[in-house]
Amino acid sequence: MKATITALGSTTIALIGALSGSAIAAEKLTYYCSAQEDWCQLMANGFEEATGIKVNMTRKSSGETMAQLKAEADNPKGDIWWGGTGDPHLQAAEEGLTEPYESPMRGELHDWAIKQAESGGNATIGIYSGALGYGYNEEVLEANNLPVPACWKDLLKPEYKGHVQMANPNSSGTAYTTLATIVQLFGEEEGFEFMKGLHKNINQYTKSGSAPIKAAARGENTIGIVFMHDAVAQAASGFPIKVVAPCEGTGYEIGGMSIVKGARNPENAQKFYDWALQADVQSRSLEVKAFQVMSNKAAESSPLAPDLDSLTLIDYDFTKYGSSDERKRLLKKWDDEVSVLPQ
Amino acid sequence: MNRVVLLWLMVGVAGFCLLPWYVLEEGLWSFEWLFDGYPTDSDYAPAVFLLLQGEKLWLSPLLLFLLAPVLVIFRDKSDPLFSKVLCLAGGLGLLYLLAQGFSIGIRGWNSELLLAVFGELGDRQYGFGYGAMLLGISFLFYLTTGIAARGVVNGDVFVVGSIGFVIAMVGLFIFLPVLQMLSSALQDDQGQYSLLVFFSKFFDDKIWGLHCLVSSRGCGVAWNSLSLALLVGALTTLLGLVFALVATRSGLRQAHLLRPLTVLPIITPPFVIGLAIILLFGLSGTVTQFVADLFGLQPSRWVYGMPGILIAQLLSFTPIAFLVLIGVVEGISPSMEEASQTLRASRWQTFKTVSLPLMRPGLANAFLLGFIESMADFGNPLVLGGNFDVLSTEIFFAIVGAQNDQGKAAVLAIVLLIFTLTAFYAQRRWLGKKSYTTRTGKGDGGIPTKMPRRVLYPCYALVTIWGTFTLVVYGMIVYGGFVELWGLDHTLTFKHYITAFDVAINEHGIHWRGSAWDSFWTTLRIAATAAPLTAALGLVTAYLLVRQNFRGKNAFEFGTMLSFAIPGTVIGVAYILAFNVPPLELTGTGVILVISFIFRNMPVGVRAGIASMSQLDKSLDEASLTLGANTWRTFRQIILPLMRPAILAALVFSFVRAMTAISAVIFLVSAEHNMATSYIIGRVENNDYGIAIAYSTVLIVVMLSVVAIMQLAVGKAKTSRRTTPGLAVQAAPDAVVVR
Repeated sequence: MKATITALGSTTIALIGALSGSAIAAEKLTYYCSAQEDWCQLMANGFEEATGIKVNMTRKSSGETMAQLKAEADNPKGDIWWGGTGDPHLQAAEEGLTEPYESPMRGELHDWAIKQAESGGNATIGIYSGALGYGYNEEVLEANNLPVPACWKDLLKPEYKGHVQMANPNSSGTAYTTLATIVQLFGEEEGFEFMKGLHKNINQYTKSGSAPIKAAARGENTIGIVFMHDAVAQAASGFPIKVVAPCEGTGYEIGGMSIVKGARNPENAQKFYDWALQADVQSRSLEVKAFQVMSNKAAESSPLAPDLDSLTLIDYDFTKYGSSDERKRLLKKWDDEVSVLPQ
Repeated sequence: MNRVVLLWLMVGVAGFCLLPWYVLEEGLWSFEWLFDGYPTDSDYAPAVFLLLQGEKLWLSPLLLFLLAPVLVIFRDKSDPLFSKVLCLAGGLGLLYLLAQGFSIGIRGWNSELLLAVFGELGDRQYGFGYGAMLLGISFLFYLTTGIAARGVVNGDVFVVGSIGFVIAMVGLFIFLPVLQMLSSALQDDQGQYSLLVFFSKFFDDKIWGLHCLVSSRGCGVAWNSLSLALLVGALTTLLGLVFALVATRSGLRQAHLLRPLTVLPIITPPFVIGLAIILLFGLSGTVTQFVADLFGLQPSRWVYGMPGILIAQLLSFTPIAFLVLIGVVEGISPSMEEASQTLRASRWQTFKTVSLPLMRPGLANAFLLGFIESMADFGNPLVLGGNFDVLSTEIFFAIVGAQNDQGKAAVLAIVLLIFTLTAFYAQRRWLGKKSYTTRTGKGDGGIPTKMPRRVLYPCYALVTIWGTFTLVVYGMIVYGGFVELWGLDHTLTFKHYITAFDVAINEHGIHWRGSAWDSFWTTLRIAATAAPLTAALGLVTAYLLVRQNFRGKNAFEFGTMLSFAIPGTVIGVAYILAFNVPPLELTGTGVILVISFIFRNMPVGVRAGIASMSQLDKSLDEASLTLGANTWRTFRQIILPLMRPAILAALVFSFVRAMTAISAVIFLVSAEHNMATSYIIGRVENNDYGIAIAYSTVLIVVMLSVVAIMQLAVGKAKTSRRTTPGLAVQAAPDAVVVR
């Protein structure tokens, strides 16, 4: 009897709530996402389930989102911006488009995530990171009697001619990171010599960053220069892909998260921010085959994923190589000196 | 009292005083505004409440234009003052509405000049909402009613109103975006206009470079696209002709089996053909491996680039050429060939000197369709392009890639537009000037002559090879949805169908758990919304073109058929540029998808309408008019019922095209309104071929059933009046062009 009354009571309350719900504006969060679609969706649904706050999601690349934030600066429509490579997040912080916030979750994070926050005046934070490398298709490599590569310089060997793929740095952020990494690793002069040597072995410059490893997975290519987590994702899908962390060391990207300055729902944005840094939330990235290293130390990682601590990472200068002038200069140089060479 | 004026006055007053003036942030169908501060909250307030609160005072002159016609509402139509007041109120009202919308945006004045003249505004406004929309409509019809009152088109309010409406729609959703795109191509990084920037971008080495002639470097994208399109145009025409000859003149009884082939390209989602080709001819493809093993050759990546795109496009577009040519070949009167043979020409001579020349317009038509289709094709080059860049994919990557360079996309789009418009213009000129009449209406006995053997046998061979090839490709597509990991692990499984289309039924009802349902329902909903609107707009336009005479009719026709020649990628780019900012803020909504489908597929409706309306004798209209009905009533009660087959054809084609379109859609989808094709492209990019293929197969089945059901309905409608058989097929050549 008591149970029935309780049930009745709660139904009534729920009904009243539903009826008046439209009068009192529902709790909501406008969420700009720059990661892969299914990951964005997972985060949006997860947050709705965890808090009951309604999430309006827009997925756009980090460059496009940056442009949108600028356009909406006087009348921000977004609350939180999650995912996407760190450069535009830092740029937004620099231009005062995002709001500094120090999350109570900071104690649980890796150092690189905090370092990212500090270089952005605490207006952004690292949520994941991924190192550059390459992957190869074991079966195709074997079928062609090719040696197993281990270093960047191995890729210059003449026997790999027509077996290597990378994206075009003009159209892909991944490939630009590759170019910048090589320049930082070997110095500009030698770095460009490396790119010219590599050019001879390249069978196709793809448009999208992860396409080379996907082609390798299908046996349409042998070696693909990509972020290692993309190569791991292919291996995890059952393709005969092996991931290589180049012996000379390598560059990396840090995915960012920022709260929009002047957000309409600032409390909900902070709630999302703290929630997104939790270990159990970050562990869910494995569900969508996102094999980046997550920023919470306690977050699970796939046994297939490369361990960032075991890698030789270069001291990637995000400020210099993220600036649009340096970017334009390097790309022009690559266009003029590398892409025009015969293959 | 003039009831037409009263109607539009009321619509305008509702727009100004009742509905929210600005666009609703929550979306077109949200009704939150009703409970959240309406009517005083400035986000949701109707214009009149804004004015009463002393906000957005620049809207006040609109009230004057809205109410001015009250002065003449009791006057007679023939009174010169009546038309003068209506024309002025409508025309100036529209102009003022647009001018204020374009000059004041989210950051106050939109241009430096206005800022300099009027000083800082200190206020801003968003895009047009319901209120502004209704007021605009009311102004438009004030204007057309005023013009009709001056005696234009016999003073017919309905006809003038329809013409005005079609012009406004085409202007707003075709000309405005294209012009906006042209202007953005003229801007440099800082947003300054400069011809120099345009020329340096336009004559870029990457577009027009000719290095491939002298070195191993690739040529400019423009040359790539052009050479590919010319080749595809020529080869599809040749193959189409072969198919058409076999279907009509081989005397083979099975030949009618070729007909269903024509439906294939219309119902095939993009990418699937490209994927099948990779799995057959790629480096690890079945055929490649087989041949390599057989002859001990080193497998190569030859299929990536021009050869692969060419094969895929030939597979996709040959049926279009077939469709065009079969009508032409059938149309050639056998009596001419009989005459030739009576004059002792051999079969071969007859074929060469009589039949073939008579087919010339059809051949030209088929060639140009293949040309435009290839130029606009997006899916195949994306999957098979390799280092062979073409315009359509370059445009896409200029927008979505790391470059994010809208100016470059606009310039490339202009190059593409120049090519297709030239082709479109050439086609119209060619067809306009020559006459190849063979049907005279006089006795037309005789059966078509058979082809000479030396033509027939090669034709058989080609048709057999090609038919087998097509069957293999489509067989692979169906099969690919049922294997574990296509190309690697061929264990049979329902896994992909379950992931995409899982449904759970429990005590709470049906749960659509599959990952594809969301985009599937969105696609059905948007296609089903767009189809009737496309058909309606197309038929009204056809009615105006066939039944009414007015000045500028040729320009009017050209304008409505123009979107025919504009590739989807160009429309996509143009829509983003034009509708991303106030006053027309549409990006991210479902409305923009519906609008893009309406205007991309409208020529189908127009063509279908013209074809069937030309068959209705004008005396029927005249009878109705003589009996006292006005044009609207005649249109509704006489013409519409007689045009049921055309309406159905237009409905089917716009529905199906909306489901398989990708090139414009890819720019316009958003998280909330994702379409099936863009979901598929996402799966392909993720290397999930299984789901992509499974989804495509489901789409093919759905569309086939829609086509079949509609075909049945068309068949029944025919009994009501004699029309040419196979009307649906007649509309098809137009349908497939719209991509």
